[in-house]
Formats: sequence, C-alpha cells, structure tokens
Amino acid sequence: MTTRLLIAGLLALVLAALFLLPYGVSYFYIFVATEILIMGLFAASFNLVFGYTGMLSFGHAAFFGMGSYTTAMLLLHLQVPLVWTLLAAMLTSMLLAAVIGFFCVRLNEVYFAMLTLAFGMMVFSVAHQWRSVTNGSDGITGFPLTEFGLGLDLQLANPLVYYYVVLVVVVLAAALLYLVTRSPFGLILKAISENPERVAFCGLNERRFRLIAFIVAGLFAGLAGGLFAPFNRVASPDMIHWSHSAEAVLMTILGGSAYFLGPFFGAMVFVLLETWITSYTDHWMLVLGIILALMVMFFRRGILGTVLDRVLRR
Amino acid sequence: MQSFIAALLNSLDIALLLFVIAVGLNIIFGVLNVINFAHGALYMLGAYFAYTAMGLLGLSFWLALVVAPLLVAVVAVAIERLMLRTVYDRHITDSLLLTFALLLIIDESVRMIWGPSIQVVNPPALLAGTVSVFGVNYPLYGLFVIAVGLAMMLGLWLLFTRTRLGRIVRAAALDREMAQTLGINVPLVITGVFAFGAWIAAVGGVVAAPMRAIGPAMGEKIIIESFIVVVIGGLGSFPGTLLGALVLGGIHGFGGRFLPEINLVLPYIGMALVLLLKPQGLMGKGASA
Repeated sequence: MTTRLLIAGLLALVLAALFLLPYGVSYFYIFVATEILIMGLFAASFNLVFGYTGMLSFGHAAFFGMGSYTTAMLLLHLQVPLVWTLLAAMLTSMLLAAVIGFFCVRLNEVYFAMLTLAFGMMVFSVAHQWRSVTNGSDGITGFPLTEFGLGLDLQLANPLVYYYVVLVVVVLAAALLYLVTRSPFGLILKAISENPERVAFCGLNERRFRLIAFIVAGLFAGLAGGLFAPFNRVASPDMIHWSHSAEAVLMTILGGSAYFLGPFFGAMVFVLLETWITSYTDHWMLVLGIILALMVMFFRRGILGTVLDRVLRR
Repeated sequence: MQSFIAALLNSLDIALLLFVIAVGLNIIFGVLNVINFAHGALYMLGAYFAYTAMGLLGLSFWLALVVAPLLVAVVAVAIERLMLRTVYDRHITDSLLLTFALLLIIDESVRMIWGPSIQVVNPPALLAGTVSVFGVNYPLYGLFVIAVGLAMMLGLWLLFTRTRLGRIVRAAALDREMAQTLGINVPLVITGVFAFGAWIAAVGGVVAAPMRAIGPAMGEKIIIESFIVVVIGGLGSFPGTLLGALVLGGIHGFGGRFLPEINLVLPYIGMALVLLLKPQGLMGKGASA
C-alpha cells in the first residue's frame, strides 16, 4: 500500500513539474516537452495493443498519420476550431482502425505483425501518391491555426500556449486510457495476452475483444496525430511510414511494456536521445535499430519497467 | 493480343522474382518459426553488394552473381549466431521485434554507405537487347529472370524432396527435439537454413538489379509484396507461395496495364479478399488465432 502511495505521490510531482516546466527551461525544451507528450500518447496507445493485448503491430503510424491529415486538412480547407478537428481526427482514425483491424485480428500474431505492416504501408502509399488530395510527399502545410473552440480565447500559435493545450489533452486522454486498462474490458485484454485459448473457452469472443482494443488504440493514436500536425505545422507521409511505427515500438520497449507509464517514460528517453543524437549524425534510424535490438536481447523489461519491478517486487 | 502477351510476360517476370523472395521467407519461417522482417533488406543488400562488386571492383555480372549472395549469407550467419539465437526460447514476439530492428539497421546502413539516390546496373552483354516472343519485343533480360525463377523452383523442389540434406531440414522443421535426438545437429541446421534463405534473397536482389533500379526503398517494397504473397498463398506452403506470387504478379502485370488508377491498392484488395474468404490463404494449413 505504501508503495502505491509513493507512486501516486511521484505522479503528482511529475504532473506539477510538467505544469511548471515553462518557468524553468528554455524555449527549445518547451518544444521538446510538447513532442514528448504527444509521442508518449502515441506509444501508450500502441501499448494497449502490444503490452496489454499481446499483439505486435508494425503499422500503428497509419492511425497517427490519419489523425494528422484529418486535422491539417480541416484546418486548411474549413478553418474549424481545433477541438473539433481533434474529435474528427479520433473519428477518422477509429474508422480506419476498424477496417484494417477487421482483417488483421483474424489470424495469429505472426500474420498480425505482417498484415499491420502491409496495411500501414498501403495507407502510406495512398498518402504519398494521391497528390490531388494529400499533396504527395510535400504533405499538407500552410494551414492557419486560429481558435481552439469551446469559447476559450487561446493563442494557439504561441508554443507556450500550445504546450499547455497538449498537456491538458494528453493528461486527460492518458487518464481515460488508464481507466480502459483497469476496466473489466482491460482485464480481458490482459487475459487474452496471457492465454487466448482459455479466454475463448470461457465463452468470450476473443477476436472481437482484440478488434475493439485495436480500434481504441487507433482512436488515441489519431488524437496524438491530430495534436502533432499543428505542432509540426505539416502533415506528411513520413508520419505514416513504418519507420514511424518503429518509433512507437522502440519507445514502448525503452520504457517497458508491462506498465502503463512505460511508453511515456520511453517517449521521454527517446525524444531526448533523438534531439541529442541528430545533432551529431543524420543516421538516427541506425542508432534506433541498434538500441531496439539491444533492448530486446538484453533488457526486455525496459528502463521504467525494471525500476518498477524492483520497487513493487514483482 | 500483343499487349496481352506483353502483360503476361511482365506478370511472369514479377511473379517469379517474388516467388524467389517469398520462398526464402517461407523456408526460414518453416524451420526457425520466425518471420524475417529483414528479408527484403537482405535482398537489397545482395543488389548493392553486386553493384559495388561490378562498379568498384570491376567484376563481371556473373561473378557478382556468385560473390554477392555468398557475402550476404555470411552476414546472415553472423545475424543468426549473434542475435536471433538469444531469443529462440522466448515468446515469438521477441524474434519479430529483433528482425524488425535488423530491418532498421540494414536499411539505414545502406542509406549511409551508398546514399539515398538510385543506382543503375547494366545487364551483361550476353543478355542485353530484346527478342521477339509471339510478335512482341521483350527484353532478353526479362526472360533470363523468368528462367532463374524456374531454375530456383526446380532446384528447391529437388533439394527438399530428393536429397538427404532436404530431409534433414524438413525433419528439423517438423520437430526440433526429435531431430536432435536422432543425431541431427539442429543449431547448425538452423544457422544453415537462415543463411540459405538470405542467400536466396540475395540472388533475387542481384538478378533484379539490372531489371529495376537499385535504391534504398527497394527492400521495403519487396518485403511488403512478399507478405502479400504468403498471405494470399498461405504461410508454410510451397505451392501456395508460387500461387500467391503468380496472383500478385498478374495483378501488377495486368493491373498496371489495364487499371492504372487503382493499381496501387489492387494487391491489398486481393489480400483482403483472401483473408475474408479463406483466411488461411489459398493453400495454407492452420494458422488461426
């Protein structure tokens, strides 16, 4: 019980630190922190499928990209307030996840991994080549960032304001996602990852549960993507490429897939490493691959995972 | 009629190259129970090794066809011994993660060493030019690719059904422990099979080089298509792999000519249809969740 209190206290401390962060660091690190929050949500949504349900997806960036494009296009063509574009991003990526997931959950994990990669690259090719709609490899840029909506008067173009918007949205979304993992539904997902046959024998349609998990994960990835486009000022096909899905995989493995906060912690380490390493070399992906391989071989529980294992004596 | 024959030959070209790549993927899966996400990257490595052997070292195409795949096989032995071996006794997810990491490493290494631009390899003088097939002028090299695919198919069939080595590999694929008990050196077989699969992929890469331009995206393109092939044909089935390759080759060869607007998503529609109607693939055996 005391360890639980300790963790709750630490969490409150982290939240307070995130809230006060702009008072202590330079402008540059406000950008970095914004990116960490968005990518953390992306990785956490991936982990609902990977860590909680036991399905390894290599195409999760498709939903992130769908959210990005939805937001960017609504801002560009219709100048909708941001909050509505975020809701639309969640809706479109949820629908995309429903279609792709419908095919991907039909077979075992080997097929799942192959199919998610293949369908993810289908979405990438469409974004890359359907120029009249997506503007090809240049992506969607030059969209105005005017109002947030809900009657709030926010200067979204100001990075500091946008940081707080992202902070509030990500914390709310993460809380919601956490509740999903602790709900009876979330426990069934956990059971599926441990023993799918047994879940099926209990009379549950495990394929349907896996599909719902995939859709929920797609929805939150879409929200992350929707937040990312106004931050990045562009929605481009790179966000859909499998190498972007790989980032979610690595962040989750870095932090630890067994704990809810693992992917967020992994995102922090990842983005800081990226910022630091890309100032030395353009070949960040090579470093990413090497770290992923080493983590899988020797440090599978992740950094935060290993620490929490010790503290909670698992 | 002429455009039909041209489309048919083109389809066969694509299909037999795809067969060569997808069959290696399938052989590795059969014995190691690992889907090698880096298989396309090894194919690409074969093409780039041949490019360097021919350009920098001045070897002939034929010598490059021998040397480059062997080098890739050596790389594969290192990969299997140093990396894959550490995760065999774990959940299958870990080996998928590891080959995915390899995909990142090899892809980016290729970009680093050879740069992001596209390179061209010329076909050997013997195979340059075109020939007339049923009144259609077709590149001679395209026919050579078809011949290599057919030879590979025949060779693999003979290897796995007619030789002692083939029987040993099949025994190790069926039941590792039993094979080990019968005195087969299973770890060696596993290393050998992974290297052999990589060798096949690299042969495909070298053969593909003069037909298609070499670029850092060639690996990811072929691996996605190989996945579509094994999903359509069914994982673990040789005839299925051939059938899947022919279907996808046909989609590209005929779709590209007659339905260019939706050619991009046609393979995925084909794959989705198979998943709906026959989820195990057209010739697959059990793989249900």
